[in-house]
Amino acid sequence: MSDATLDFSTTLGNAWFPAPIFTASGCASSGKELSQFFDLRDIGAVVTKSVMNKVRHGRPTPRMAETPSGMLNSIGLQGPGIDQFLAQDVPWLLAKGSRVIVSIAGETTDEYAMLARKVRAVQGISALEVNISCPNVENRGMVFACERDTAARAIDGVRKIIGGEIPIIAKLTPDVTDITSIASAVVDAGADGLALINTVLGMVINLDTLKPHLGGKTGGLSGPAIRPVAVRAIYQVHSAMPTVPILGMGGVASGRDALELILAGASGVSVGTASFGDPTAIPRIQRELSSLLRAKGFASVKDAVGFAHREERS
Amino acid sequence: MSSINKSAAQINATILSNKRVGAYHQILLAIGDLASVCRPGNFVAISVGGDSSRMVLRRAFAISRITHGSASGGAMELIVAPHGSGSKWLCAQEEGVELDIVAPLGKAFGIPTNAVNALLVGGGYGSAPLFGLAEVLKARGCRVDMLLGASTGAKIYAPLEGKRSASTLKIYTEDGTMGEHGRVTAPIRELITQGSVDVIYSCGPMSMLRAISELTEGTDVVHQCAVEESMACGIGICMTCVLPVKNEDGSISMLRSCIDGPVMDGAEVAWDLVGKVPPIGTP
Repeated sequence: MSDATLDFSTTLGNAWFPAPIFTASGCASSGKELSQFFDLRDIGAVVTKSVMNKVRHGRPTPRMAETPSGMLNSIGLQGPGIDQFLAQDVPWLLAKGSRVIVSIAGETTDEYAMLARKVRAVQGISALEVNISCPNVENRGMVFACERDTAARAIDGVRKIIGGEIPIIAKLTPDVTDITSIASAVVDAGADGLALINTVLGMVINLDTLKPHLGGKTGGLSGPAIRPVAVRAIYQVHSAMPTVPILGMGGVASGRDALELILAGASGVSVGTASFGDPTAIPRIQRELSSLLRAKGFASVKDAVGFAHREERS
Repeated sequence: MSSINKSAAQINATILSNKRVGAYHQILLAIGDLASVCRPGNFVAISVGGDSSRMVLRRAFAISRITHGSASGGAMELIVAPHGSGSKWLCAQEEGVELDIVAPLGKAFGIPTNAVNALLVGGGYGSAPLFGLAEVLKARGCRVDMLLGASTGAKIYAPLEGKRSASTLKIYTEDGTMGEHGRVTAPIRELITQGSVDVIYSCGPMSMLRAISELTEGTDVVHQCAVEESMACGIGICMTCVLPVKNEDGSISMLRSCIDGPVMDGAEVAWDLVGKVPPIGTP
């Protein structure tokens, strides 16, 4: 137990954040919607919904199915396209004093590079998340993060554009045989950090129609149901590459859940599905985490990162 | 602050009463000052199942009516059909239980500035928000005619106090167990032809909303419909509840029924594209 002041700040590569809890890409739209419920300046950063080069309608409805302690979504990267996003959404967030991590998604290696070029031209962005693992696309072949070489090529294309001004964070899927192998491939290709984990591919069959319930048939499973998968993936990757910063996400709904991901090796934690069920989940989780870190005797977030890997204290 | 849901707040609301009415539950919640910013057509998102629940998402319900009491402050009335696990849990909650609610959400029905002839059409428990709307329209001097329909009589929700706010009320059931035998949309064409309708307000199943939009097409009758699409968040961040809506240039946008609705212009919804992926750009 300690009453000492707590250093609640964290870093992802060369980006500094005053608090360790972030929105999760695809779970906060562009931030405006949540600003009715809390001050966006109070959280680590808004990670915006993965944006592509052009306007995109996404997948047909139904796009959602609640599952035990979780949900499936099948949005398919609906969005306004990068030009409108950078012209309208990012300036709004920056004007509100929010820190911004922009998430991009492409269909080709060239699209990732083009998106990175456009993001680089905008001042004030804290980091770039490269989402190479969205499961809700027509062809799962587009999931770059399923293979070492496609994952590395997408990141390499972005690295050639972004030369260290802002950290490049590669978002990976747990739906692979060995996530540490994909992680090392993208780090070798120039990723400064990793976002772990994207949703887990799933399906629900509707017993009225006797057919897959979602318009896109498959969807991404999120929520507390996948938290142990996230903890495992973060633990494995941190163990293999302890110096690579990890933005952890997957089913975090409380301060204790956030601390679990931090102890496994995450330097920051994104909250996604919990915000759907509770618009003030993020500030609540931050408060709970802050108390819990103090209660466990940690002087800073940094002291707790990867603590589960350390030799047991006698 | 943004302009989206600018009156919304998350509060703990105590259940004042929970009564069974036919196939539904009428639930009254104490919401204090929040009552003054709720409008007909707005909805509420309620956390269900308690702390250890496996249900992670809120349930959205149309606000049926708002009352402004003096002692306990304002109250919100909901009409809930105990169909799924979340609504069954809600209907089982007793007086005195506190609920975590977020309200008022979404776009409300547009209220005309002058007295017009309004036709209110409700399907099943979709009739719930129409009674509060009828009171507001009547206060504006509008003539309010109401048509309610359901598959069977037990699924008609038409409280006595609500009936007073409408000039006329006709009920239709598909099995003929209450009111006229048939569908609620049956008399609408004739009412439009007679010129006795300026605005139609509707709430109910999507097939009913679509049918009314087809009847008003090419006429001067405005059709404001409250749509129903499954949503995870209710506040505009999950993108699951989208509907194809026509823009002026003929292109289609996928709009969120939670923040760009639930009340939409029936003439603007591309009903034939619901559940499909529309093409990008202008035709």
